[in-house]
Amino acid sequence: MKLFWAFVKKEFFHIFRDKQTLLILFGLPVALILIFGYVISNEIKDVQIAIFDQSKDATTQKITNKILSSGYFILNMDIDNANEIEAVFRKGKVREVIIFEPDFANNLEKNGTANIQIIADASDANTANLVVNYTKAIIYDYLKELNVNKKQPLQIEPQVRMIYNEELKGSYMFVPGTMALILMLVSAIMTSISIAREKELGTMEVLLVSPLKPVLIILGKVTPYVALSFINTITIILLGYFVFGVPVKGSVALLIGECMLFILMALSLGILISTVSKTQETAMFVSMFTLLLPTILLSGFIFPVENMPDILQWLSHIVPPKYFIIIIKNIMLKGTGMLFVWKETLVLFGMMVFFILLSVRKFKIRLE
Amino acid sequence: MKQTKNIIEVKNLVKKFGRFVANDNLNFEVKKGEIFGFLGANGAGKTTAIKILCGLWRPTSGEINVAGYDVYKQTNEIKKHIGYMSQKFSMYEDLTIKENFRFYGGIYGLSSLQIKKKTKELLQRLGLEESQNKLLNAIPLGWKQKLAFSVAIMHEPKIVFLDEPTGGVDPITRRQFWDMIYETANSGITVFVTTHYMDEAEYCDRVSIMVDGKIEALDTPEKLKKDFSAESMNDVFLKLARK
Repeated sequence: MKLFWAFVKKEFFHIFRDKQTLLILFGLPVALILIFGYVISNEIKDVQIAIFDQSKDATTQKITNKILSSGYFILNMDIDNANEIEAVFRKGKVREVIIFEPDFANNLEKNGTANIQIIADASDANTANLVVNYTKAIIYDYLKELNVNKKQPLQIEPQVRMIYNEELKGSYMFVPGTMALILMLVSAIMTSISIAREKELGTMEVLLVSPLKPVLIILGKVTPYVALSFINTITIILLGYFVFGVPVKGSVALLIGECMLFILMALSLGILISTVSKTQETAMFVSMFTLLLPTILLSGFIFPVENMPDILQWLSHIVPPKYFIIIIKNIMLKGTGMLFVWKETLVLFGMMVFFILLSVRKFKIRLE
Repeated sequence: MKQTKNIIEVKNLVKKFGRFVANDNLNFEVKKGEIFGFLGANGAGKTTAIKILCGLWRPTSGEINVAGYDVYKQTNEIKKHIGYMSQKFSMYEDLTIKENFRFYGGIYGLSSLQIKKKTKELLQRLGLEESQNKLLNAIPLGWKQKLAFSVAIMHEPKIVFLDEPTGGVDPITRRQFWDMIYETANSGITVFVTTHYMDEAEYCDRVSIMVDGKIEALDTPEKLKKDFSAESMNDVFLKLARK
């Protein structure tokens, strides 16, 4: 055990003395989260909308004016017929259609409540969400002005409908996706590089000649990265929550448990890569092509898997982050428990065991 | 150097990689406290033999005993009692001298007290006490090699394996390095050294020369020169290689 800690301590020296490593370990996750976060949820401006005003009274006119003068929206066209809605969206320019019910002002005055329907094109889920929220905010703002000095507050109920992508796939995706990316990067890539470095420098030989057991060498190399990955996980969740308002609806303990499983899986993958690569450069390239690119392209992080050609869909099944992202999305966004993610958890666990067994085998062959 | 006790005994060592025979029936002994030169051209099978003696690789067949332990069953015991320094510089550049000593002492299971004592002693010998908090990458190559050697004998092994320890080092440092080797041998540690420099071969107590996986000659440098009626070890080597 003492040997082990001597080793872990040395590993921390390596990490903390290398500015580049430090930057990758701690700077990159924060940068990635912020970049992805802001790129995806940036401000909206000049969004084209259409308005279907079935009431055409003073109130609807006022609301319309307020929306159009906000600076966020531009009126593309007025619609007179419900059939046109679909056609307007099809043309692709209009992102949102606002529909006032007939007798809007009357309803508001007599019943104290009136309905507005907001339909948004959710094929770009994030923009759709933003556009709808902006519209709602403007309507509520108008309502607030209206309700000053009123005993019985009036109500306007915006009913939102997303078309083309009802579940809003893609929104909030960046936190689970970035998490997968960063954990892959730190756990798998950094470990594989750091083990390959020992080989390249010749220190691995000295370590192997020493009485340290090979298992201990690997564990010693990997332990600091487990710790650092864990810190990164927490950082990402906190950043997501406080900066971008991404909720954690499910159990935090389960979330952290799943993250640990993914970290261990990624580490075993990193070890496997290091057993087949002799230099840091090889380790880096192998990691890039087998880990980083698939994580970005095939995991469903940025591009929905459902829209890919069959062969890529099939390939995506062997990309571990895919399962991780499904799990995290379920726990964070939908608040589901183990009952709904046990299959994916099992897949990740199986992959981890597989990679560990494979690297042990590779390691032994090298020693024979 | 008159001890007759063998610290390494190798009988019929064979190592094959598929069809390729890297070590073809090697037989030799190394006596305790001697400086044993292990020569041969690149690819002659030296490194393979050293890896087997260090317990890193399994031989295909043969009886091999290192420091009284069997290489098949007791590799862990062997590892505890040998030191190793490779041709590649093998300390951590981003650690200080002191931290390198601490780490290597640590993985050989020395206590903190032992490590402190040994570090002081070895650095004193090199006159590097002042620099012990410097990072390794700020130290010239010649000194690094000496430090690597010091680290390799820090845990007082019975045998130290030096795999081309003086590669790329200037003549003066090489000379100093050999002074260290002599001192080490005098303190009772057996030195098993491979080298490309034939003048260094003259410094060894006994020398073996490998050609194509076989040991073609093994004796004291004087005897070898006489047998091959050669002026220097260099001539001996060339005559053997051309044979």
